[in-house]
Amino acid sequence: MNVVVCVKQIPDPAAPGSLDPSTHNLVRGGKLILDDSDSYGVEMGLQLAEQAGGGEVTLVSMAPAGETSGLRTALAMGAAKAILVSDDTLAGSDALSTAKVLAKAIERAQPDLVLAATESTDGYTGTLPVQLAELLGMPSITFAKKVLISDGTVRVERQTEAGYDDVECPLPAVVTVTSGVVEPRYPSFKGIMAAKSKPLEQLAVSDLGLTSDAVGAAGARQEVTGVSAAADRQAGEKVVDEGDAHEHIVRFIEQLKLA
Amino acid sequence: MPIEKIWVLAEHADGGPSSTTLELLTEARSMGTTVEAVAWGPATSELAGTFGDYGASTVYDVGDIGDALPGVSVAAAAAALITSGNAPDVFLLPATFDGRDIAGRLSARLDIPVLTNVVGLAVDGDTVLSQHANFGGTQVATARFTGGRPWLFVVRPKTFAAEPAGSGPAQVQAAAVPSDLGALNTAKVLERHVEERTGPKLDEAAVVVAGGRGIGSADDFAMVEELAKLLNGAAGATRAIVDAGWVPFSYQVGQTGKTVKPTLYIACGISGATQHLVGMKDAKSIVAINKDQDAPIFSISDLGIVGDVHQVVPKLIEALKARG
Ligand SMILES: Cc1cc2nc3c(=O)[nH]c(=O)nc-3n(C[C@H](O)[C@H](O)[C@H](O)COP(=O)(O)OP(=O)(O)OC[C@H]3O[C@@H](n4cnc5c(N)ncnc54)[C@H](O)[C@@H]3O)c2cc1C
Ligand SMILES: Nc1ncnc2c1ncn2[C@@H]1O[C@H](COP(=O)(O)O)[C@@H](O)[C@H]1O
Repeated sequence: MNVVVCVKQIPDPAAPGSLDPSTHNLVRGGKLILDDSDSYGVEMGLQLAEQAGGGEVTLVSMAPAGETSGLRTALAMGAAKAILVSDDTLAGSDALSTAKVLAKAIERAQPDLVLAATESTDGYTGTLPVQLAELLGMPSITFAKKVLISDGTVRVERQTEAGYDDVECPLPAVVTVTSGVVEPRYPSFKGIMAAKSKPLEQLAVSDLGLTSDAVGAAGARQEVTGVSAAADRQAGEKVVDEGDAHEHIVRFIEQLKLA
Repeated sequence: MPIEKIWVLAEHADGGPSSTTLELLTEARSMGTTVEAVAWGPATSELAGTFGDYGASTVYDVGDIGDALPGVSVAAAAAALITSGNAPDVFLLPATFDGRDIAGRLSARLDIPVLTNVVGLAVDGDTVLSQHANFGGTQVATARFTGGRPWLFVVRPKTFAAEPAGSGPAQVQAAAVPSDLGALNTAKVLERHVEERTGPKLDEAAVVVAGGRGIGSADDFAMVEELAKLLNGAAGATRAIVDAGWVPFSYQVGQTGKTVKPTLYIACGISGATQHLVGMKDAKSIVAINKDQDAPIFSISDLGIVGDVHQVVPKLIEALKARG
């Protein structure tokens, strides 16, 4: 069973940066890291390949400036190899153009299963994996909270507004996993050392047979026209509990005249 | 080219259109001259009156899709309508599980981009400006499409208020699912599981009492449920404790969970991460109980209690019970 896991490398959310008011670009510093949301996909991929008794996990990522730190983290967890697409013409890509790039890279790996997170921590469009499935000509099951593979079929407990559905489809397929589906392993020292020598293929847009007008800012066909501060919600009264704070809440509720 | 025709993806919930569908239809009326809905399910024609009442002149009925997931089949049916010369200028879809799937599929099928996480819309001449909340809603980015129509917007629930227009029933027109979908359309629902909940619905309740990791354990969540019940409200939760398995996902408030706008939101042991705040910051009033005086939740709370939930909440429950 060969699994491709899409992993996004993002600025550390602990230092989130902000949108530049004049250029509207995200101002960020430092190295990119593995999106925590994707560590669940990596773990799930590793477990499914192990359960299938063979096969490997290939990581696919699109990131600026040849960034590999996040990929190294996922390789250290146990993925076998990685494909990185990095190219200056990709700056300003939206979800659809990113999906086009990832689809071309994934086709090279010929996977039985493609895993992604339901949404990324920094972009959170949540549409990319489904766009990817459509471009790959595959069925998709989103919002998986449990994934089982048997006899060329993937079976998923899919989150719904009301509870969950049992959903099934034949492989190859795209599945998006929610956080909490599995417990991502921490890379071991051995894993970290091994990751340094694992194959990491770096590709440019031209290697994928795509033209630069289909991707990047040109392909996005959208623009940010402005950024403003949201109407501020003022912090109100703050009370340190000395045993009677609940009385403040009771008074607050009474003054709302709820019922 | 002026904005004329607006489509709304209509979802069902409990035998009627979902509340977000009605919100989007209401907004669509103010954006264009013709409002049409795209719906699926075995009973769409029975809802033509409601769709019409909220302003839709036509409902494209994809019909009963059986056990298929809506993502592929509904998107393919809509794409077929669009490419046969029936394209809208704007298509509004709800930010729900199926809404996002349909938007993604449609976008890739027609090779048109999609703007997601929309929290505001405005027609500006021949263009549409969409608003997007950044950084937990502290910043608002405005965006627009620069390419051809239709323009796809995935809109967060509760962005607009639903109001009937009082117009007559919509005309129902069948929209067929193309038969050549092959492997794409092979995902099948085998069984549906509904998590039963009592009391008002989380996204409709006037009072929401939500618990986070500070509650301490799954067992201690009982005090959140009890407080919610005393206030005729619904209990909610952060993703942290949903992921930990303390409560089902249907409790989750935030970016990936429900958007709530109650009169009163009581946050118990919740830090106030941006992804939580986007789901509840529009509550009319917010009370937070957190033992960390610097917790970000306090910056948007009308009343902040710096204290231990295990002290404050039980006393609050007693006091409310004594009050009767
Ligand atoms: C893509 C993405 C989507 C996400 N979507 C959501 C979402 O939809 N909803 C959501 O909620 N989160 C979401 N998150 C997660 C979010 O970032 C936070 O991790 C989460 O909201 C934190 O939950 P918490 O406040 O319960 O836990 P913590 O952040 O751990 O906070 C616990 C708080 O409890 C306080 N506390 C501890 N003990 C006590 C006590 N005895 N009495 C009082 N206070 C106490 C602490 O001071 C602390 O402030 C998402 C994250 C990502 C990356
Ligand atoms: N640049 C990228 N490289 C690899 N995977 C990505 C990239 N962008 C998005 N993804 C995958 O698609 C998921 C959804 O992303 P998004 O559409 O940004 O919410 C992410 O969690 C990743 O699994």
